Amino acid sequence: MSRWVRYLLTAAVLILLWELVALVLQNEALPEPWRVVIQFFALLAADLPMHFGVSVYRVAAAVVLAVAAGLPLGLLMGRLPKADAYMAPAVYLTYPIPKIVLLPIILLFLGLGDASKIAVIALILFFQILVTVRDAVRGIDEEYFLSVRSLNAGGWDVLRHVVLPATLAELLTALRISVGTSVAVLFFVETIGARRGLGYFIQDAWARVNYQEMYAGILAMSLLGVVLYEVLEQAEKRACRWKRV
Amino acid sequence: MIQVEHLSFAYADHSVLEDITFSVPPGGSLAVIGPSGCGKTTLLYNLAGLRTPVAGRVRIGGALIRGPRDKTAVILQHYGLFPWKTVFENATLGLRIRGAPAVGRMQRVTAILEELGIAALRDRYPSQISGGQRQRVAIARALAMDPDLLIMDEPLSSLDALTREAHQNLLLSLWREKGMTLVLVSHSITEAAYLGQQVAILSDGPARIKEILDNFRVGEEDYRSHPDYHDICTRLRGLLRGAMDESVG
Repeated sequence: MSRWVRYLLTAAVLILLWELVALVLQNEALPEPWRVVIQFFALLAADLPMHFGVSVYRVAAAVVLAVAAGLPLGLLMGRLPKADAYMAPAVYLTYPIPKIVLLPIILLFLGLGDASKIAVIALILFFQILVTVRDAVRGIDEEYFLSVRSLNAGGWDVLRHVVLPATLAELLTALRISVGTSVAVLFFVETIGARRGLGYFIQDAWARVNYQEMYAGILAMSLLGVVLYEVLEQAEKRACRWKRV
Repeated sequence: MIQVEHLSFAYADHSVLEDITFSVPPGGSLAVIGPSGCGKTTLLYNLAGLRTPVAGRVRIGGALIRGPRDKTAVILQHYGLFPWKTVFENATLGLRIRGAPAVGRMQRVTAILEELGIAALRDRYPSQISGGQRQRVAIARALAMDPDLLIMDEPLSSLDALTREAHQNLLLSLWREKGMTLVLVSHSITEAAYLGQQVAILSDGPARIKEILDNFRVGEEDYRSHPDYHDICTRLRGLLRGAMDESVG
């Protein structure tokens, strides 16, 4: 069975459960799914795609930033024990802090716009990537380094032919696992001083007690999660063909 | 070709090699044998320029070795193939790092893969091929660099007996054909006796050269059934046992 058929089947089961609960509850706080689906398609012609796009942009920008910062630092810590000795304590001290508590100070510096929202998500992803890459680099068998050096490789060749391919799989896995957290945090930051994005859309519909629109927004958010997850999974498959054979 | 003079090496304070001196003429072959863990591999890394001696020196082709050398090809114990690269990508990596143009690389490596009978495997990953095939890929990668010196660490240790003999013959014929100098480390007496024109026996911890045997018939037709071959094997067995006893006593 193809993965798309499985997605559809699972969605059908969830919607059926939803329908049952809605029928039993008979409460406007949980509208029947068919109403929400109709609302969802109606909103597709309105501003829902724009909100979806804004949210995608924020998560994607956060991923790019987090990788741009976390990957080189992780490589550095993984390859240079001295760098690791100084940086590891700092990482372990700050890693457990829920990054969301830094929101006030981030808002103070970056304002209410996109920058602060992207920064909070990027910060969360950054730590995941940093620690994953560092451990992945440390796990590379010494023979690979000797092998590439015996070919007279310089630092750049070692990075390109050994370190990056050896860590790419773990990096993408870490990102994929972080998708859930990213979307949850995205919702939270988009309810604060935002005028666009799915988080804002859901919050706004809720405030207007328009439950059908609210659930249509939630539907869009779960689609966002699926899209991100699938993109990363496909990237992982492509980058790591050698692991699957 | 190779001159090693009073070479010593240590990891931190732990001395591994002490006062090693030998030489190998151009086109010659040397097998290094000794108790396992005695420092054979470390000696090989020093020859390859992957480690720097703490005392003494290594000269290859007259030049002092300070790092990896273009004309030296190294085959590590587990072949050093990259699991994320296909057979072709692995075999061509040395040329790629050296900046050889893509078209020339392609032709050269394709020809070598054909010569070694592994052209059909070019798009497979190392995990998809057998140990013997992997070794051929490692040999292909080495030959692609057109080396004048080939260094191998326990090259045949993980192969089954038949593949092993076939590969020993393959190595011998390549060695004669290409006129390379060959250095290999082995823990197998028969392999050392079959491939090394000189066989150096190392003693254990720190490694010193116990003796170097001449084995000039190496490469002759059907050497395995020659009385000299059995004679060398017997002498090696005795010397190796002595080296082990010393390390225990």
